[in-house]
Amino acid sequence: MTRRPGKGRRTIALKDRLTPVLISLVSVIIVFGAIVYFVGSAEQWPRIQSQFFSIEAMLEAAPSVGRGFLVSLQIWIISLVCIAIWALILAIFRAMGGPYFAPLRIFAILYVDLFRGLPALLLVLLFGFGIPALNLPGLPNNGLFWGGVALVLSYSAYATEVYRSGIEAVHEGQGMAAKALGLTQWQTLRYAILPQALRNVVPAMLNLVVALQKDVALLSVLGVRDAVREAQIYTARTFNYSSLVVAAILFLLATIPMARLTDYVARRDRQRRLQSAL
Amino acid sequence: MNRIEIDKLTKFYGERLVLDGIDLSVAHHEVVCLIGASGSGKSTLLRCINGLTEFDEGNVRLDGMDIYDESFGRTGLYKRIGIVFQAYNLFPHLTVLDNITLAPVRVHGRQRAEAEDAARKLLDLFGLGQYAKSYPEQLSGGQQQRVAVIRSLATDPEVLLLDEVTAALDPELIGEVLKIIRDLKTQGMTMVIVTHEMAFARDVADRVCFLDAGRIIEEAHPQRLFSSPENPRTQKFLERIIASGRLGASA
Ligand SMILES: Nc1ncnc2c1ncn2[C@@H]1O[C@H](COP(=O)(O)OP(=O)(O)OP(=O)(O)O)[C@@H](O)[C@H]1O
Ligand SMILES: [Mg+2]
Repeated sequence: MTRRPGKGRRTIALKDRLTPVLISLVSVIIVFGAIVYFVGSAEQWPRIQSQFFSIEAMLEAAPSVGRGFLVSLQIWIISLVCIAIWALILAIFRAMGGPYFAPLRIFAILYVDLFRGLPALLLVLLFGFGIPALNLPGLPNNGLFWGGVALVLSYSAYATEVYRSGIEAVHEGQGMAAKALGLTQWQTLRYAILPQALRNVVPAMLNLVVALQKDVALLSVLGVRDAVREAQIYTARTFNYSSLVVAAILFLLATIPMARLTDYVARRDRQRRLQSAL
Repeated sequence: MNRIEIDKLTKFYGERLVLDGIDLSVAHHEVVCLIGASGSGKSTLLRCINGLTEFDEGNVRLDGMDIYDESFGRTGLYKRIGIVFQAYNLFPHLTVLDNITLAPVRVHGRQRAEAEDAARKLLDLFGLGQYAKSYPEQLSGGQQQRVAVIRSLATDPEVLLLDEVTAALDPELIGEVLKIIRDLKTQGMTMVIVTHEMAFARDVADRVCFLDAGRIIEEAHPQRLFSSPENPRTQKFLERIIASGRLGASA
């Protein structure tokens, strides 16, 4: 019998690969099966099911909660764009050295200290209720707008720090080479440092993106009819909480792929760095 | 008049005296090599010459004019003095071509097409023509260092400062970079070179300066300095080098 050399090894490799998969599959089924069994067999389960997991109520609530979720998504995306730009401007302020730029630098530092130190919910309440009450001429007067502004201001503080760490991670030789070529401070940032820094910060930024998507729900306290608010309205009308579960499912459907994407990007980024370090 | 005149240059890093009253002049078309132990201040001296590092006392003149003179403008000095670093410091996110044209286009206001033509000519000259669109990480260390030299030549500097440009290279790649420097000397480039390649220094330098603790304690023609060093510290330094086999035949 003629055997090609690699063949036997490959069979073993396949078995080696399958065994752990089987073990994890079986253990997952046992553990989660047990949980489902105990929950399902509990005395209270039928009541819980009708209150939280009623298919009928879910279907009934789905259209309005779905509509609210679209509102959430819109707020999320618009805020993201504003945060990405505003935080980048602040990070640039922060990165400019020399006496002329001291005021901008100090402004950026104070800004980050202030907005990172305050709970987002507090800012949302302050801006969302406070500013419209002032009736300022020429400025929008609705809670949604100002609540969104509060989110942007708050998240920009975190995003600024992320940008800053990305800028600091760029090797100092890069700045020196740019200076030696005669580039100004701004040109050095623009052409040498920032393109590398932005690549550095993608994984950390994606974490903020996921966090923001959930915090958009904070605007529901202002009466903005987002997914959470719509779900509450349904609950108030019917005394059934299944609508909140619908909202939860929608959020998970959006955030879980984002989280996987973040993992993927972070892993690729790590490999890129490892490679370039060789 | 000398191309570069350094007068009583003194530099502190905090409390630490790093350059201690350096006097050095470099004539037109002269090649000066700086040698010395690690930490003796060679890199710092080099970076003071083109104003990358600020110094505390003394002054540096280029063609008789103080390097901090207003009339250099913001970029004049950097245009006339090029520097190449030990670690190449190429921009990893830019192609070889963009690395080379960045300063000519953004700093010196050349047309992009014109700058790219000039860059391609230089790349061809140094045997790197086919790498114009590659990224630095796709090149070998020796190729990257040659690109770094080209980048600093792209603005037609009158003086080139080279800081241990072969230190990060594998032995078989060192030769190709040293050849470029020899060619530049033939073309009359004024250069100040920090190097640990004693054979190369002996070969290319018009004058070798030995730095010790921030001072030039001996300077002479390489023939003289390497064969009969006068200062005991120079002797000791060279003995160590010979013991490690780095003062062999010319590379
Ligand atoms: N940015 C800095 N901050 C503080 N000290 C510094 C800095 N750069 C250099 N030094 C110190 O100045 C001294 C001279 O450094 P320099 O880099 O000029 O030495 P060198 O002769 O080039 O050494 P090497 O051969 O290792 O490159 C060293 O003691 C170093 O620790
Ligand atoms: Mg050095």
